[in-house]
Amino acid sequence: MAMIEMRGVSKWFGDFRVLDGCTTRVEKGDVVVVCGPSGSGKSTLIKTVNGLEPFQEGEVRVDGVSVAARGTDLTRLRSRVGMVFQHFELFPHLTVLRNLTLAQERVLRRSRAEADAKALALLERVGLRDQAAKHPGQLSGGQQQRVAIARALSMDPVVMLFDEPTSALDPEMVSEVLDVMVGLAREGMTMMVVTHEMGFARQVASRVIFMDQGRIVEDVAKDAFFGAPQERSPRAQQFLSKVLAH
Amino acid sequence: MTDLDLGVIATALPYLWKGFAYTLELTVTAALGGIFFGTLLALARLSGTRPLALAAAGYVNLMRSVPLVLVIFWFYFLVPLILQGITGAERPPAVGAERTAIVTFILFEAAYFCEIVRAGIQSVPRGQVHAAHALGLGYAQTMRLVVLPQAFRNMLPVLLTQTIVLFQDTSLVYVISATDFVGAAAKVAQRDSRLVEMYLFVALVYLAICLLLSQLVRRLQRRAAVVR
Repeated sequence: MAMIEMRGVSKWFGDFRVLDGCTTRVEKGDVVVVCGPSGSGKSTLIKTVNGLEPFQEGEVRVDGVSVAARGTDLTRLRSRVGMVFQHFELFPHLTVLRNLTLAQERVLRRSRAEADAKALALLERVGLRDQAAKHPGQLSGGQQQRVAIARALSMDPVVMLFDEPTSALDPEMVSEVLDVMVGLAREGMTMMVVTHEMGFARQVASRVIFMDQGRIVEDVAKDAFFGAPQERSPRAQQFLSKVLAH
Repeated sequence: MTDLDLGVIATALPYLWKGFAYTLELTVTAALGGIFFGTLLALARLSGTRPLALAAAGYVNLMRSVPLVLVIFWFYFLVPLILQGITGAERPPAVGAERTAIVTFILFEAAYFCEIVRAGIQSVPRGQVHAAHALGLGYAQTMRLVVLPQAFRNMLPVLLTQTIVLFQDTSLVYVISATDFVGAAAKVAQRDSRLVEMYLFVALVYLAICLLLSQLVRRLQRRAAVVR
């Protein structure tokens, strides 16, 4: 069964159509990179997966559960879908450790000891165990984003969503975040990643989705996307020639 | 008018202290109560439920467009009648000016604190709410654990400033003959015909306290500027 299933998802902001009949499937263990020009609806698309962006038409299912259905326990669904944001969105008034334990205790009802142990193990994994007592404001951007990834993982998600996780980072910090993401992908985590990092896509993506003006223009295997550009749509070719120029 | 006789102040101190204690009690209760109900009002105003938002906005705008003295008068006469209506007593119960004043100030200040809290909540980036929701926290948890702690930290200086204003405004309870600090001083002043001494003393006390609190506000603002 597909981990994420989208069928004909459409969304309007007033008259403006942000998403236009988007349909795709993400199988368990897939790493799907979503790319496209800014304003093409990439971020909006992945935010429909955990219900942060409501939509007017179509259907999104995560592990078989419909996001928009009336009876769905959205809180429960969200706790199973990890999300990493462009601007980290760590909670600045809490320590790094509390950032990782808050939802474990309040949503998953884990004990303080259990949550702490899980949090420290994950901080160890992203190489930041010694920063546990600090506040997010004391960390560099790359460190903050690694904490944010650890925070999402602390909920034992079945899917991870990444919304331009490296766009707000200084260039020298990009790789430390990408390394963590590559590690996750290699372990078989199901991931949807909005990014312009084509190197990351080449390395670990199973599929690439290319979006333009709210539509999914390309939804193909990585090798087809990078290996056979002449078979791609003119819009995707144009985009590729720009991002791969350097 | 003869020379200043500071001795009157000394002899009246125990009585003045009673008035001052009431002023403090009124200020602290009204501030805490006002912040509590003001926060509820702010959440109502920001809620997606339209009737709730409209009702809260109506209340806030009404309170903010009526002079405080009028509100104090209203409640002084209305509260016993309302209580009578609720309890079904034969006669309006005697509530007392002091207790009426506390209720009045809480309700009045709630309107002002509502606007401060509302601005504070809006100062927290939307991404914080998204992040909390993405972790599975519900609306109430998101507000209580993520948004309000940040909002209150941002608005602490403004909350304190409003409390200083409130501290001064509580002297208006003299219109219903409640014995606050000013009221106590006025009574002594008239009894002993020592208006200058008493009012001077009262003014100095207010001045000292307000200056002190303003200093605290400035320090908090500087600290908040560093944290951000």
